[in-house]
Amino acid sequence: MKSTDVLFAGFGGHGMLMAGKLLAQSMIKQGRQVSWLPAYGAEMRGGTANVTVCISDGEVMSPYIERPNALVVMNTPSLKKFGPKVKPGGLILLNTTLIKEPFERLDCPVIELPASQIAMDMGNARATNLILLGAYAGITQIATCEEITEVIQETFTRKPKFIALNVSAFVAGWKEGVRLREEHNIDVALTEEDEDELNSLVALSN
Amino acid sequence: MAKILMKGNEAIGEAAIKAGCLHFFGYPITPQNELPEYLSKRLPQVGGRYIQTESEVATSNMIFGAAGVGVRVMTSSSSPGISLMSEGLSYLAGADLPVVIVNMMRAGPGLAGILPAQSDYAHATRGTAHGDFHLLVLAPSSVQEAVDLTMLSFELAEKYRMPVMLLGDGMIGQMMEPVSFPETEVGPPMQADDWALTGCRGREPRLVSSLFLDPVELNAKNHERFARYAVVAQNETRYETFNCDEPYDILITAFGVMSRVCKSAIVALKEQGVHVGMFRPITVQPFPSAALSEAIGKARRVLDVEMNMGQMLVDVQLAAKGRVEVDFLGKCGGLTPSIEDVVEAVYDSLTKAEGGG
Repeated sequence: MKSTDVLFAGFGGHGMLMAGKLLAQSMIKQGRQVSWLPAYGAEMRGGTANVTVCISDGEVMSPYIERPNALVVMNTPSLKKFGPKVKPGGLILLNTTLIKEPFERLDCPVIELPASQIAMDMGNARATNLILLGAYAGITQIATCEEITEVIQETFTRKPKFIALNVSAFVAGWKEGVRLREEHNIDVALTEEDEDELNSLVALSN
Repeated sequence: MAKILMKGNEAIGEAAIKAGCLHFFGYPITPQNELPEYLSKRLPQVGGRYIQTESEVATSNMIFGAAGVGVRVMTSSSSPGISLMSEGLSYLAGADLPVVIVNMMRAGPGLAGILPAQSDYAHATRGTAHGDFHLLVLAPSSVQEAVDLTMLSFELAEKYRMPVMLLGDGMIGQMMEPVSFPETEVGPPMQADDWALTGCRGREPRLVSSLFLDPVELNAKNHERFARYAVVAQNETRYETFNCDEPYDILITAFGVMSRVCKSAIVALKEQGVHVGMFRPITVQPFPSAALSEAIGKARRVLDVEMNMGQMLVDVQLAAKGRVEVDFLGKCGGLTPSIEDVVEAVYDSLTKAEGGG
């Protein structure tokens, strides 16, 4: 069975929950199982906002992950909180426009991208979340560029004026991601686990 | 049918409509607000009634009224709100009324916190309110299961004429997962013609009440009700086992979303050569004691994992019947035991099983 998980983290209003939702939607289209678990409550107002997306070819077991396989992080408070928790061999993608301090992990790639700057150059800093989603997808090749673009178009059908900006931001991020994938020599999408028999473990009564 | 990505709270609202429930009364409280919000929009679209009540106490009396006239009705709340409804829940049970109550548990006691917890297991399964009665309590572990069990709740409430509680937590409510809704034809509430207050022209008047001043009558009523509970236990006890077909040293017990964290831990432990099974009650009332007792019989030790201070633990200990020790791992206040916490606790239990403690 193949599975992975990714934590999208930023401030409330950064759109990280939306980035996670778009990824989850595209995974459903691929026929995969997903869970989308947000931190909710007081954290939403001005504090850190984050969502964990778990993806699996089989049943998603724990939707609650303290040590994620990947972290896509918008700002310094979220990096301080979650950066050290990423699993060894995982992946960290930083928005260096907002994260100025250096961050080092020797046991997993730390990939830097001035995502907010790229979004501002495109005319709207609010599209930073889509730049980061595009970069994550481009780096991991978890879905094709077309698959996620289609999900963006479907998600914003009732707000058509946002489609063009979000799609172009996503595609710009995707291109950066493909470049970064080569630069950092990354070739993982989902974690391979030799657990084909997992689905046979479950027995339901009644 | 294509799967839709939905929050647990919203999916339960849609499941209620699919089950033919067109009446919802409730008062806002985190972390279940998306459920009434969803129904406030959806119910008017399908010819239903949504009322935001002035309090949970009022809610419990309004669902009594709706159920008493024979319509399908639901409410939802979270821990402190359910406490406020408790008196009404006793009256509903005493009048044998079918209603569905959703409790998206949050951290307790008191006003406490808004984050996920399993703080009301004991309240839901034992100490709901005054008097001799049970609720039928179903505990989903995923959004799809929340949908399926919501639809089942109405069926069971009507079949056995008793209040049914869907016991979730903030995680189930706030989490999005892909769901599909079975397209089933639903009729009017079962058997309501025999007892509901529908206007007595042409027939004997009826009374829906929980007041019985004649002790002989009340004694008989309670005995009849508990005979019905025995039938419910016989027919409707549900549970899931995980990794229990092969021999295991430790058996984990957990309910709701917590069980999924335990599954991940069991998979990780399997890779390390440690054999752990899991038993998850789906009905926590009636509790699947006999099946759990059998599963415990194959274990050297049991580890109960909950998002509270150890509430289901009592039922697990009863099922263990003193044959093996039951260890406990719990976090509360809005914290969740992690995969790593469960793995560590299993190793502790193994050490103790081997005579180390």
